[in-house]
Amino acid sequence: MSEFNLTILLASVVAGAVPILLATLGETITEKAGIINLSLDGSILLSAMTAFVVAYETGSILMGFACAALAGALVAAVVAVFSIYLNQSQVAVGFVLTLMTRDLAYFLGNPYSRLQGPSVLQHPIPLLSDIPFIGEVFFNHTFPVYLSLLLIGLCWWYMYRTPQGLNLRAVGENPRACFARGISPAKIQMFYAVCGGAFVGLAGATFSLCTKPGWGRPQGAEGTGWIALALVIFGGWHPVRAAVGAYLFAFLQVIGIYFQNWFPSVPAQVFQVAPFPLMIFTLLIINFVQKESAIDRAGGKAWMKSILGTLSGAPPTALGKSYRPD
Amino acid sequence: MRIDIRDIHKHYGSTRANNGITLTVKPGTIHGILGENGAGKSTLMKILSGYIRKTSGKILVNGSVCDYHTPAQAAKLGIGMLYQEPLDFPPLTVLDNFMAGQTRGIKNQKDFFRKKFESLVDHFNFTLNADGAVEKLTIGERQQLEILRLLALGTEGLILDEPTTGISREQKESLFQALKKLASEGKSVLLVSHKLQDAETLCDTVTVLREGVVTGSVDQPYDAGAILEMMFGVLPGTPSRSAVEYGETVLSMKQVYGSGGRTGLSNCTTSIRQGEMVGLAGLGGSGQEVFLRLAGGIKKPSMGSIELLGEEVQGKNLHAFKKDGVVFLPASRLEEGLMPGLNITEHFALQDQGDGLFVKWHEASGTAQAKIKKFRVMGTPESAVESLSGGNQQRLLLSLLSKDSKLLLLEQPTRGLDVESANWVWWHLHKYCLRKTSVVFSSSDLDEILMVADRVIVFFDGRIVKDVKKDETDIDELTRAIVGKAQ
Amino acid sequence: MNISDNTKHTAFLRYSRELILTLVVVFSFTTLILLLAGAPPLAAYYQIFKGSLGSWMKLGQVISVWIPLTLCSCGLLYTFRINLWNIGIEGQVMMGAIFTTFVLRFGMDGHMPGMYLCAAFVAGIAGGAIWALFAGYLKTKGGIHEIFAGLGLNFVAQAIILWLIFGPWKRPGIASMSGTELLPRELWLPYVSYMRLSVVGLVLAVIAIAVTALMLRYTKIGLYLKAIGSNLNAAHMFDLNPRTYMLIAMIFAGGFAGLAGGIQVTGVYHRLIPAISSNYGYLALLVVMLSNYNVWISPAVAFFFACLNVGSIQLPMMLQLDSSLSGVIQGALVLAALVMHAWRMRAKTLKEPFYNE
Repeated sequence: MSEFNLTILLASVVAGAVPILLATLGETITEKAGIINLSLDGSILLSAMTAFVVAYETGSILMGFACAALAGALVAAVVAVFSIYLNQSQVAVGFVLTLMTRDLAYFLGNPYSRLQGPSVLQHPIPLLSDIPFIGEVFFNHTFPVYLSLLLIGLCWWYMYRTPQGLNLRAVGENPRACFARGISPAKIQMFYAVCGGAFVGLAGATFSLCTKPGWGRPQGAEGTGWIALALVIFGGWHPVRAAVGAYLFAFLQVIGIYFQNWFPSVPAQVFQVAPFPLMIFTLLIINFVQKESAIDRAGGKAWMKSILGTLSGAPPTALGKSYRPD
Repeated sequence: MRIDIRDIHKHYGSTRANNGITLTVKPGTIHGILGENGAGKSTLMKILSGYIRKTSGKILVNGSVCDYHTPAQAAKLGIGMLYQEPLDFPPLTVLDNFMAGQTRGIKNQKDFFRKKFESLVDHFNFTLNADGAVEKLTIGERQQLEILRLLALGTEGLILDEPTTGISREQKESLFQALKKLASEGKSVLLVSHKLQDAETLCDTVTVLREGVVTGSVDQPYDAGAILEMMFGVLPGTPSRSAVEYGETVLSMKQVYGSGGRTGLSNCTTSIRQGEMVGLAGLGGSGQEVFLRLAGGIKKPSMGSIELLGEEVQGKNLHAFKKDGVVFLPASRLEEGLMPGLNITEHFALQDQGDGLFVKWHEASGTAQAKIKKFRVMGTPESAVESLSGGNQQRLLLSLLSKDSKLLLLEQPTRGLDVESANWVWWHLHKYCLRKTSVVFSSSDLDEILMVADRVIVFFDGRIVKDVKKDETDIDELTRAIVGKAQ
Repeated sequence: MNISDNTKHTAFLRYSRELILTLVVVFSFTTLILLLAGAPPLAAYYQIFKGSLGSWMKLGQVISVWIPLTLCSCGLLYTFRINLWNIGIEGQVMMGAIFTTFVLRFGMDGHMPGMYLCAAFVAGIAGGAIWALFAGYLKTKGGIHEIFAGLGLNFVAQAIILWLIFGPWKRPGIASMSGTELLPRELWLPYVSYMRLSVVGLVLAVIAIAVTALMLRYTKIGLYLKAIGSNLNAAHMFDLNPRTYMLIAMIFAGGFAGLAGGIQVTGVYHRLIPAISSNYGYLALLVVMLSNYNVWISPAVAFFFACLNVGSIQLPMMLQLDSSLSGVIQGALVLAALVMHAWRMRAKTLKEPFYNE
């Protein structure tokens, strides 16, 4: 039934990674500015619901995506406002919103459960999709796939090559110093929290209009938000590395489906929860690598150091701390 | 640039940090602001730079009244400040730090700013690499970077808050030269310091603050005695010392290596005897911090052997160090020493680690009451520790120490304290020495080390470069050692 | 004397004003959501009220929800004291249920039910504590944030339950989502028949509140947890090992959660079902936050949350609405309370600013 075909496998990885990739990129942006938006798991569901309902009612997929981005941005804005203007714990607010937005999604989306709705169509890119192998893997997809590919590069360029990106990184490192330089930490944190939230919204829309079309309880996107949060750590707060993490994860998911077919005797639950122990394991390795003792042990070996270097990435210094001007 | 400060007030509740300050900075001069810790210097400068808001008063720039309340607005007027704690972004590169706050839009402007940066570096003969990470720089280099950035912004009035703390003599000379150059170009420089010596070598005019008011303003040449009187009112008495007989070796390190800080600690061999008062000198982050933490059991060495009272400590945990009477007091009292949110009684209750399930609240409250009185802590048993002033926090920390500690390891024990509190701390620590306790402390102030220590150990780049008795050395020799020029 | 009476009076007034304001805000928000869903708000509120406090039996159901919620809240008070976000409490409830069921399966013939029940509860507590210790070790030894560790373990626990129900513990004949085989009557906790309420569970929950209040206020462990929670970096000054006390806090939290899981099995469902934890762990996190980490207020908040949960079960049947409305209300309550808290703090700092040069 499932013959192994590398081209199809990779193509499905590129397509399947889109929601988690968008969410991971969005959260990377938000955290780079120093705000943790823990509500990802719920806001993905809320925006998935929004996207489906809007697309169903208006018949416009684009409207669905736009409204989903808005929903994601709104949730992130709540986290940011609580942190910046009310000085409340981002983790606490984020967690409350995780549960609340999920329930809100189930509640408001209830009448639309299991309805046949619109979904995104395939748009092979002319010429490019004709390239053997590469064309099939990258350029024979739906538009969210192209968007996600584009956004990886765009994020990197914006963060590391533009003055605005410098301000973004600076605020995540030291808001106080930003204030002294005339950069308003509050405005920047607010703006990028909302931007990151909009990415998360797009991730949700991709779920309900593309990857797993439709709405229901459960939708199937449950748990993705947490994986995305872990992938941000895996990515060392760097957009390209985060993207690599997202693709690796999608690869494992696809492989998991193959495995399920190859080993029918293993209960399905094992494959369903496999991402989570895997997440813990990855974080364990990342943490081990970053310990001083590991760096000591690497000693003079250059190759060891380069491996450690690529695996370690420090969080923005002011991550998760509310900034209060003095 | 001419700056007139008229009747500035800054009140925090009932505390008056600035209480009617008036002074004038003439163009093309270096103006010193002297005063001891807590005199209101930093507050005044932060108001001038727009970082905090004044309660009342006026600031005139070049003769016209300017009402501004953010650093950005001050920068537009040409006022820039070098803060005491460097306000920069350590993980970013030097060039990124230089650019942050100067650039707009999304166009990549790195090349333009690289050129600007390099020409400024050349202009002042600094040695800064645009692509290095700021976290690898010394405090002095970070200052240089910050000064260049302010100048690139078009700063005409430059404020420096305690710039000579924690930098090498060479860097200090290079800094002073740069400042003189700036003044000769017509810029005004405001130099804040609590060191008379800095002002003497550099400033054209000196204004002295005490308890939020101006106590005097003098021009070159200075009468040091008069200035000191303006600073302190009555000259502070230096803590007296009486000779202590040293006993057995308490701590000995053999070829110890440890990681952490800017440089880590390399190949450290030394020993401390009972009753000794040892001062650790060196630029900030040269290995003293790691030394104190290794000796206190807070960190584990990566190599080498440490012996406490003749016993190898390898494999022992912090608890064992504590049981042996070793105590480490960190420099950041509220971050690493006390428990914000807990009151004084709770701190004493925490000390009772004996058997029994329940806290003896009554007993703890009694102890707190007695210790507050004995150590003259301004507070009640119910006071939360974060509401105490720095000096009182330090008194509380010292009151928590057991009387029969064997080895006290203190990181900058007088940082942020006024002279009276500092003297009290030294007096108290000296009493420990008389009881055969060894005291090892680090300090960024060489004068202080020479005043109170029996022996000085100098750290440079993670190594011990000098280890001498106080009587056999002088400030010049030590200063050379601090910057790595020991013989 | 007069002055302090006066301040107490104004403080009381302020709190009541804040409470009323919070309720008004949340009520308006929920009404807005209901209108958005095209539902009649008043009817929905009425259904929730009738469904929770409308009869003795409903009240019994509410208390059955209150018991695990309160137990979990008590457990979380320990972990919040030391600044741990024990999100893994959900999985700890499940593990408690699994261990309880495991022991009870040996007593299916109905002999010596008392002994089996006692052993089952002990096993449940142990199960929850072990699962909490896993998360604790991942935090203290592995350096993984407890949120990720706990969350991952929640999913694993859920998978174990599903695997048991569909695998080794499946009902003779057919395995289904309805759970394992029903326990014999002898192994059910005794209950008040007209309220379907197990008294043993109620007593255990009340004991848990008392024990927690005592532990946190009067014992050294309580003081140490508070101290380390307020400043981890100063723990060395007082010779406290943060790791040890983090694990101790986790054991307490896991133990109470495991007990809640055990009661769910023996007192409510009388078998192991996939949704045995019913999200009570996550909900308890909200309860504790809303009660501002206060051991005396959280049982009251838990009761209110239980009412919302039980009451909203009516909604799908009567008004074709999803029962998750309760979750929306609960979340909005916590957020509104956080806003009030922020305002109170702001008013305080404006009066006496934090000053330390």
